[in-house]
Amino acid sequence: MTAHNETGELQPIHHEPTSFFLKYLWSTDHKMIAKQFMWAGLVFLLIGGTLAMMIRWQWAFPGAPVPILGSILLRGSGGVIGPAQYMTIFTTHGLIMIFFAITPLLIGMFGNFLIPLQIGARDMAFPWLNALSFWMYALSLVLVIASLFGNLGPAGAGWTTYPPLSTNLGTPGSGQTLMVAAVFVTGVGSIMGGVNYVTTIIRLRAPGMDYFRMPLTIWGLFLTAILNVLFVPVLGSAAFLLLLDRMFGTQFFIAGSVTGAPAGDPIMFQHLFWIFGHPEVYILILPAWGIIGDLFSFFSRKPANFYRGTVGAMIAVTVLSAVVYGHHMFQTGMSPMLGKSFMVLTLIISIPSVMLVLNWLRTLWGGSIRLTVPMLFALGTMFVFGVGGLTGLYLGAVVPDIYLHDTMFVVGHFHFTMAAASFLATFAGLYFWFPKMFGKRLNDTLGKIHFWMSSVFITLVFGGQLLAGYAGQSRRLYDPYQYSFLTRLHGLNRWTSYAAFLLLLGQFVFIFNFFRTMFFVKASGMEANPWQVSTLEWAIPSPPPYHNFDTIPIVVRGPHEFANPVVLERLGRDWIGQAEELPEAMPGSARKAGT
Amino acid sequence: MSTATSTAVLDQPPAAAWPPDRQLGTASPAKIAMWIFLVSDGFSFFALLLGYGILRSGSSTWRHPGEPSLSIPFTALLTFILISSSLTVVLAYDASLRGRQRQTSAWLAATALLGSLFLLGQYAEYFGILHPGLIKEGLVLGKSSYASTFYVITGFHGAHVLAGVIYILFVLVYSLRGKASTGLVEVLGLFWHFIDLVWLLVFTLVYLLQAT
Repeated sequence: MTAHNETGELQPIHHEPTSFFLKYLWSTDHKMIAKQFMWAGLVFLLIGGTLAMMIRWQWAFPGAPVPILGSILLRGSGGVIGPAQYMTIFTTHGLIMIFFAITPLLIGMFGNFLIPLQIGARDMAFPWLNALSFWMYALSLVLVIASLFGNLGPAGAGWTTYPPLSTNLGTPGSGQTLMVAAVFVTGVGSIMGGVNYVTTIIRLRAPGMDYFRMPLTIWGLFLTAILNVLFVPVLGSAAFLLLLDRMFGTQFFIAGSVTGAPAGDPIMFQHLFWIFGHPEVYILILPAWGIIGDLFSFFSRKPANFYRGTVGAMIAVTVLSAVVYGHHMFQTGMSPMLGKSFMVLTLIISIPSVMLVLNWLRTLWGGSIRLTVPMLFALGTMFVFGVGGLTGLYLGAVVPDIYLHDTMFVVGHFHFTMAAASFLATFAGLYFWFPKMFGKRLNDTLGKIHFWMSSVFITLVFGGQLLAGYAGQSRRLYDPYQYSFLTRLHGLNRWTSYAAFLLLLGQFVFIFNFFRTMFFVKASGMEANPWQVSTLEWAIPSPPPYHNFDTIPIVVRGPHEFANPVVLERLGRDWIGQAEELPEAMPGSARKAGT
Repeated sequence: MSTATSTAVLDQPPAAAWPPDRQLGTASPAKIAMWIFLVSDGFSFFALLLGYGILRSGSSTWRHPGEPSLSIPFTALLTFILISSSLTVVLAYDASLRGRQRQTSAWLAATALLGSLFLLGQYAEYFGILHPGLIKEGLVLGKSSYASTFYVITGFHGAHVLAGVIYILFVLVYSLRGKASTGLVEVLGLFWHFIDLVWLLVFTLVYLLQAT
């Protein structure tokens, strides 16, 4: 029983605060912070998505006034997107989606909600730091919104903010400054969150929760947090130097010919940016891998195939992600030998990635597959990630990259991996854990409609981008059809845009489902464990009490205990909880399962 | 038999008594978090030093005519002060381990004093107290990469020293009230040693390896 005493000492039960301020605003409860991240992230996902629709409108009907949005946002030009406005739209779209929508949803929401619940802890290691992390993110959102109204327009240097375009020479407006500041501030929040997540996973795992008994979701979030802690500071330094360039007259990123005196180096920014930026793409996909890895096992009613191999592959990708950033810079005059080294390292990543996918397929193989909404979304994630990963091979190799660099092919590739896969995995997780968060299930039929509209149209949208890029369309063109060789792509782009508009339409099904369930469906009659799975969070009531676990559970087995004949014989079901005692397995056993 | 085997696999006892991790599990959350933060912070210094390296290796003349060189003897003195403060913080930790609160407070105060002396020295170097100071001698932020990287790197380090001194003063207040645990002093020590370590890199790369 010493185990319980020490656990209790480290994690005493606190009473739930009753004041509005402490309960909803400065909440230190990881579940409330997760909901804060969820609301903010979903709102910004919608904003980012709306901006994407404006980009698609421009490619479908260049020069035509944007319906509805145009009359609100572009009153000065009669609803028509101008070249400068177009720059700000795709820049804001990219930055919002990456830093202010997907990151908070996948890492902020799932990380906060799931880490303590799935490892059997009462809260994060540093609840106060956790709240601070959210409010840093909220502060960055204020800066983002302020940047939209900056003098001389919003940020317009692309999501990568390459100088010299991102310095005062290219984008003199205060919008760009505010956006760089927003990225810096949200980076500080990410580091706070990362330190907290890693510490929590190292220190607060329930007794018996070995590293190799953690759900794959936790592994994904753990590795993501490690990457965040290591590489967001590099982005922070780059953003800091860029801010100095913009505001204090330094010339770190401005080359000599512009300044009249030998000074900085624009390529240096690319080094710093991609040292962060390449791990960042794995920051966004690792939690998704973890979530779908768990879901495949849960809904195939089989243990995850080669669990340790999956974990090993995820660790291998994490390590490799730190040494491949140069493949973004083949075209910068990099030494060919260095380029080759980066190419080899990049292509090596396909080995652990393929191992992941094979493990998922082997998990599905021969399983009793239940095509629930989360499972559908997980399958969709695997598909789009597969497409994205395969197109990555072309870009990772030097020779095809010379042709494809800076075309829409690149845009299609990273949207398949970072956008489509993260997006679908976010919804897989949201449909799956919504009952745990709110004590009621989202409607299944609406969920399935949402799934089919999302996955089909998202594939078409980004597939259209791949085709356009392969045909030679450069990215970031305000009006591609000014180039005569691209005029023939107008039809393709217009059909791609139609798919994009339908994709947005599909999201309204989710919004309807979400609000209907949240506010008009009574929380009653749901089984405690609607998906019949074995991880710790489903052994407690939904939504969980403020302190999560009355007694910290003692974990006795891995996260995917399905289809064991002994369990079926003694319990009459095909699953057993991670902390659940198998009846009559050990006669006279005094241990009590965490309920 | 097969049933017995499956049962054994299924119902394993808890792998180890709490805490589950032998290497890291006995360390306090604060200590683990500080280590992780220091690695993270190390990466932000790494980025700045990398930028310094890229700019310097890519330039034909690093120090332009009219720009002062950096004084090694004076900075060596500052380095000595900072290294001494690492010793005093260890002595504070040692006193804390032995349960001597007053001694702990004394060594913490000494550390804060040495840290402040370093900051004073840096102020003198920038703005000048007895000497004119680098700014008046012509090393101006934004005028050259040499000047800009110098101020950014040493300034970022100086900000860490300032944060460290404030951190020490907080712990000192706890210590004077007799509430500073050994863990608190130990974690503070980690941060302070990190600042020292980074300074040794900065001193080597920015001061000792100066362009002639």
